[in-house]
Amino acid sequence: MSTLTIDQPKQDLRIAGLGAVDCDVHPRLPMRADLMPYLSDYWQDMFPYRAIDRMELVGYPVGTQPFNRPDCEGGNKDVSALAKAHLDPLDLSGAILNVVSGAQGFYDPYLQAAACEATNRWIAAEWLDRDPRLRASLLVPFRHPEAAVEEIRRYRDDKRFVQVLAMGMGEEPLGRRTFWPIYDAAVENGFSLCVHGGSVFRHAPTQSGWPSSLTEEMVHWSQAAANSVASLLSEGVLTRHPELKVVMAESGVSWLFATIWRLCKEWRGIRLEVPWLKESPEIVIERQIRMTTAPLDAPPGGPEEMAALMACTGSSDQLLFATDFPHDHGGDLGVWPKELPQDWAADVARNNVIATYPRLEL
Amino acid sequence: MGKHVICRLEELPPGSSRRVDIEGREIAVFNDEGRLAALGNRCPHEGAELCHGLIRQFFAAEGAGEYEGTGKRMLRCPWHGWEFDLSTGQSYVDPARVRVRAFDVDVAPGEGLSEGPYKIDVYQIATEEDYVVLTI
Repeated sequence: MSTLTIDQPKQDLRIAGLGAVDCDVHPRLPMRADLMPYLSDYWQDMFPYRAIDRMELVGYPVGTQPFNRPDCEGGNKDVSALAKAHLDPLDLSGAILNVVSGAQGFYDPYLQAAACEATNRWIAAEWLDRDPRLRASLLVPFRHPEAAVEEIRRYRDDKRFVQVLAMGMGEEPLGRRTFWPIYDAAVENGFSLCVHGGSVFRHAPTQSGWPSSLTEEMVHWSQAAANSVASLLSEGVLTRHPELKVVMAESGVSWLFATIWRLCKEWRGIRLEVPWLKESPEIVIERQIRMTTAPLDAPPGGPEEMAALMACTGSSDQLLFATDFPHDHGGDLGVWPKELPQDWAADVARNNVIATYPRLEL
Repeated sequence: MGKHVICRLEELPPGSSRRVDIEGREIAVFNDEGRLAALGNRCPHEGAELCHGLIRQFFAAEGAGEYEGTGKRMLRCPWHGWEFDLSTGQSYVDPARVRVRAFDVDVAPGEGLSEGPYKIDVYQIATEEDYVVLTI
């Protein structure tokens, strides 16, 4: 993919017609009333009793206006609204739903497990069952790995769930052995791993304390993506599972080059710390790390510079088309992003996605 | 190409190393537990003197935490820890592009060293002693 036509046609390329799969779409967050039918009797008692209702993360208050496209208002409230606002106009052949909610943020491991399981059932019944184009990430409780493994096994045969969702800033760095049973179960059943921007606030998102604004918070998503790659690599998860693809969602793209450069530099010198890492990090990363294209922190010089950037991170095979609907990153969602070479469209919008998700059947 | 007498063997005891300059080359000569080895003295990374590096075995691991000594002898650069195969000079971390040159080095008895192809600049050869001989 490093050789490409630099001359960008003047004409816009429409997403419709590409057979695209949108790898990061956000349905509205379920409230208590949504989850009640899918909870056990104990939790049906506890959710109202403990006043658990709106499960949003501090780092992403869903009602905040600047985050939502005015033209997408209500477009993620249910399946028919999503189809009308997004799936139909872009003629998507698939869309992967990511619920990034406080379900994975509860401190109580059993409550976290209950919230994740209920959310998965809600997604399956209220969304996936109602539109064949929809796919989803499976929420699992990282606070309770045994329950996470059970949940993954429960969904073994429901291939509409294509990946396991983790947050970039979670309980611990993602490579820790504590989480290995989750990755083992995921790989055993063909799931990919999605590391989505966001924090469950076990730790301050910066290395020196708490940010004051969402503006700062967003910056740390990319840094968390870099940290997650370093952790999954160094702790041995990526080499334990060379077939595992890890999708860094909503975290940008350009951070990967600096991450690779530094990992390779350090590995050459202190490989002895991690002798299980037998290949240079750039080889492992190009093979296994993927990134979604929204938001896209592309170089300002257009497709030619984007091609140069991706040549530094591996190749354009690492990019997966996404809109992050309904979040607002500017631009016309129906048009191929002007920063990306148009002759990448078939791969980024579809072929790379199919190659990333063994469970994805279109 | 020629054979050079570097020093008396007793001047390079096991665990020691020295730098020699021959025909404009800097060469690091090691006595690794009784086995002699010689490599170009400059690390191809940033030019550290390899004669000051550590020689240790190569550690591998099949999985995380499963450390395993292989017995293979490696030189670790004193600056950044890059590892080179002591016998071939090949880099582990970038074998395709990075290597230091390895030289043949041997022990030869003093008897006969005054004759033949040897180049002896410094030493008076005593027949009862052993010498380190480098081929370049």
